[in-house]
Amino acid sequence: MSTSAPVAERPKQKTTKKPRRSSFNEGTGRLAALLLSPTLIVLLLVVVYPILSALRESLYTSGQRIDESGFVVQGSEFVGLKNYSAIFHGETADRFWNAFYNTTFFTVTCVVLETIIGVAMALVMHKAFKGRGIVRASILVPWAIPTVVSALLWKWIFQADGIANAMLGTQILWSTEGWQSVLSVIIADTWKTAPFIGLLVLAGLQTIPDEVYEAAKVDGASAWKTFTRITLPLVKPALLVAVLFRILDTLRIFDLPFVLVGPNKESVETLSILAYLEANQTRYGPAAAYATLLFIYVAVVAYVFVRLLGADVIGEARAARKNGGGRGNRRRLQEAPSEVTGAASMSIPGGQ
Amino acid sequence: MAVAEKAPRRVVNVKAAEAPWYRRWLPLLGIAIIVLYCLAPFYWMLVSALRRPTDQFENTIIPTTWSLDNFTDVFKPGTGFGRGLLNSLIVAGTVTILTLLIGLVAAYTLARLDFKFKNVVLAIIITTSMFPGISLVIPLKKLFSDIDWINTYQAMIVPSLSFALPLAVWNLTAFFRQMPRELEQAAMVDGCTPAQAFRKIILPLAAPGVFTTAIITFIAAWNEFLIALSMVNKKEIQTANVIISQFTGTSGRDQPFGSQMAAGVIVTIPLVIAVLIFQRRIVAGLTAGGVK
Amino acid sequence: MRFERSHTRKAAFVAVASSLVLLASACGGGDDGSSGDSGSSGGAALEGRGPITFATGKDTSGNLTNQVAAWNSQHPDEKVTVSELPESADQQRAQMIQNAQIKSDAFSVLNLDVVWTAEFAANRWVTELPQDQFPDLGKLLPSTLDTAKYRDKLYAVPVTSDGGLLYYRKDLLDKAGVQPPKTWAEMKDACTKIKALPEAKTMSCYAGQFEKYEGLTVNFSEAVNGAGGVVVGDDGKPNVDTPEALEGLNFLVDGLKSGEFPKASITYTEEPGRRAFQEGSLIFHRNWPYVYALAEKTDGSSKINGKFAVAPLPGMSGQGVSTLGGHNYAISEFAKNKATAADFIKFMSSEERQKANIEKTSQAPTWASLYDDAALNKQFPYLAPLKASIESAKSRPKVVKYGDVTTAIQEAAYGAMTGTMPPKDALTGLQTKLSTLITQ
Repeated sequence: MSTSAPVAERPKQKTTKKPRRSSFNEGTGRLAALLLSPTLIVLLLVVVYPILSALRESLYTSGQRIDESGFVVQGSEFVGLKNYSAIFHGETADRFWNAFYNTTFFTVTCVVLETIIGVAMALVMHKAFKGRGIVRASILVPWAIPTVVSALLWKWIFQADGIANAMLGTQILWSTEGWQSVLSVIIADTWKTAPFIGLLVLAGLQTIPDEVYEAAKVDGASAWKTFTRITLPLVKPALLVAVLFRILDTLRIFDLPFVLVGPNKESVETLSILAYLEANQTRYGPAAAYATLLFIYVAVVAYVFVRLLGADVIGEARAARKNGGGRGNRRRLQEAPSEVTGAASMSIPGGQ
Repeated sequence: MAVAEKAPRRVVNVKAAEAPWYRRWLPLLGIAIIVLYCLAPFYWMLVSALRRPTDQFENTIIPTTWSLDNFTDVFKPGTGFGRGLLNSLIVAGTVTILTLLIGLVAAYTLARLDFKFKNVVLAIIITTSMFPGISLVIPLKKLFSDIDWINTYQAMIVPSLSFALPLAVWNLTAFFRQMPRELEQAAMVDGCTPAQAFRKIILPLAAPGVFTTAIITFIAAWNEFLIALSMVNKKEIQTANVIISQFTGTSGRDQPFGSQMAAGVIVTIPLVIAVLIFQRRIVAGLTAGGVK
Repeated sequence: MRFERSHTRKAAFVAVASSLVLLASACGGGDDGSSGDSGSSGGAALEGRGPITFATGKDTSGNLTNQVAAWNSQHPDEKVTVSELPESADQQRAQMIQNAQIKSDAFSVLNLDVVWTAEFAANRWVTELPQDQFPDLGKLLPSTLDTAKYRDKLYAVPVTSDGGLLYYRKDLLDKAGVQPPKTWAEMKDACTKIKALPEAKTMSCYAGQFEKYEGLTVNFSEAVNGAGGVVVGDDGKPNVDTPEALEGLNFLVDGLKSGEFPKASITYTEEPGRRAFQEGSLIFHRNWPYVYALAEKTDGSSKINGKFAVAPLPGMSGQGVSTLGGHNYAISEFAKNKATAADFIKFMSSEERQKANIEKTSQAPTWASLYDDAALNKQFPYLAPLKASIESAKSRPKVVKYGDVTTAIQEAAYGAMTGTMPPKDALTGLQTKLSTLITQ
């Protein structure tokens, strides 16, 4: 890997493993370990430990047999991968794949809608106009309402004789199986979480220096071009992190379908709901197996996402920069649009 | 596409005079739609809270009989809602401060230091937000009961902290990475230590990202329910959300929708106002620090 | 370069994965889940005195506070603290099970829904109660006491009960000159006559709770029992693939199909049903006693105050059979001060306390003689039909895996009622499922 390309913005970028910056170069690894340890300790204690114990749990079964006198036989029994294989057999398999499909469908639909609406919200919030504070406040509201309460609110709205039907002049039974229950979940989820993307993208927008837009203006770039070639690439790191975390969250969606439509409804049953229902029947082994499968699925999706879109988010910035780093902002404006969605440089053109 | 119309405002403004009429009105329309979209369900929450408890089924746009009963019900002695609000504030506030402190350090390390396994660390951090939360509760409860943490604030704070950290670290890392390294280098040439360079140069520039992370962390911690419910069974330290879940109707089977909505309003509005106030203060403060 | 990048990335993920596996195996040894000893109680003496906690859903009337205060003033050294649980029954159960899982002594006395009793008993999460220490059991309604037993041993004491009632529009029935129906056929006839009245043209005949949740299990069981069938027989075996059960299920399926039940009733839980009845859009409505006071409100929230009355549920060929609701108090296996806990349960289930409770909360008592109390009957005009309803009521299956059983029942009933499967097939499938669940 050479650094022969003239890297205007970040001259020190190198890809060798040698420590580079003069002030950080002694014991960098140890320093990093020190600085990262609080984060890792907290995560280890609260998340990694329970995840591991759930992984272990998924290999056991307990409390499923009853002795002659009617008592549940205590203790747990090692069953290997049986809890997993059971998921892929017979009726359970149909149920699993249905939940898998629902989970995926919710994630794709909701995240796409939330991204579009969220970006629109961010653009609106970013503009300077009178009453901007009010607009910002109102956009925060859906996100700020506790999930416990907003799920109830939407349940109320979508009741058979609720306000949704009253306003639409329809008599749709929203909580019954079918497209309507799916739609109600999507509407409620999008409403609640689009502001999340909006907030993060807004923060991204606020770090774009005005000079960048000046440059585009000088170039006579059209509005659409400025958006796709400048705004979007520059907010991309923030946007990608927001979208990534929305994907992680939506893949684990639970509250809304559960409260709004109800458990055991095929149309909206998700993988999290399956895990919950098993645990609720005190079948902790199978519940942990569902949770683990979901965990693997989420990890794969996140991996693919980062791989395809987010190279520069995760720290491959140098590799990516080699592609685009040498080009000035003028040049970039004329690049093919595909370059923008690819692993293009995220550096701020022109520097500061 | 509303997005396309609004995006390039600053550029378009110059030519606003000669722009066709829709260029000027479409953004306003977009704003109106977005505000309406966000607030309409909230409005319904508000009017539902302002009806009499016995009228909670009404579908009229304005309550036929206005009443504050739902709000007084929420604060009735014995509900512990006021105390719950305070507890929520303690938990969410502590979580936010700790997340920022720990997260900033971690993110800056990840963005600026070069060391082996950097990607592994980033991957581990995000991996922790991939497990379904409902499956974490029982193992966590076992753990906390072993170390005697049941019925303590830290039993709520530490889990919320760990739920918030991955987003905080990733988001802040992305922000720091956008800052050119020359900034610190220049500062260090001027005699700043790396820590000073970070505090005086980088932090103010990353303020929007830091602030957004703070809001999101605070709201997420404020809204956390499952852990707070499971780890605490003493009234005195239960959070507002848990208290809301305990509301019952007058006779057990009737749902206390009105008071739940009233509680929702009470919990939401101060949050939004606080965010607005802090936003100005914090952003102003940070920027001021950076100018020097 | 491209290659190298993907290489390091892959290495990173492999590293994460393998470190997880390593940690997992490291943890595997320490955390033992098989504390095999199943400890026997067999109604051993309940020992220990001192402060206890009472885990229960809240009651807004504030009466619980009074009850507990009354106890605390008499027992300064054995004070009771109320540990309030969420309103949702599912969450109440989940919290209690969580505490049992970690063998926590945080909850001493548990307020159990009748259908949870078997599960808690079989898992030894609650202590068996020596019947001779509870001399007043004979004064409780026998059907309610039955819910507190598992395999003939006592694990709890019933403190409140609940039974389904038929709410009907007395004004309309009188106007059409019909008597409150005793059978489903009579009810349909009554509807036909009433709907001929101009003011009742758009009304629906009947609704219960048909959303896919516990209420559907209740309504389905009532329909099956009302037609002379059983869901689970007295021998503890499921027997639901019978002509009687089919007639019961058909009462629900046909009612919905023919439009006698409103279409929306498939989404009804207790509250939307009550709302429909209070709005005046139902002639008959199956619901619990709590509706009575709310529908009688004169503040304008109910359009039918003074215009309705209650009767026992109708059945196929005579009076119907209600499903039994209510709550039992039990002692957590892991509690300290069980002697105090037992005394507290005796106190709460005493005649005096139950009377104070119904006066304040209108919750149905389990103490039989209270139903004949003149003052109470005046205050709660539905007590007589309610007593009839509870006395003849059937319990839901007393099985350890009640959660699975009720889900299977809901699945079958909901499928048949929404037309996704023929009623006969639904029952056959249900029989198969219940057989595997209950013989387990």
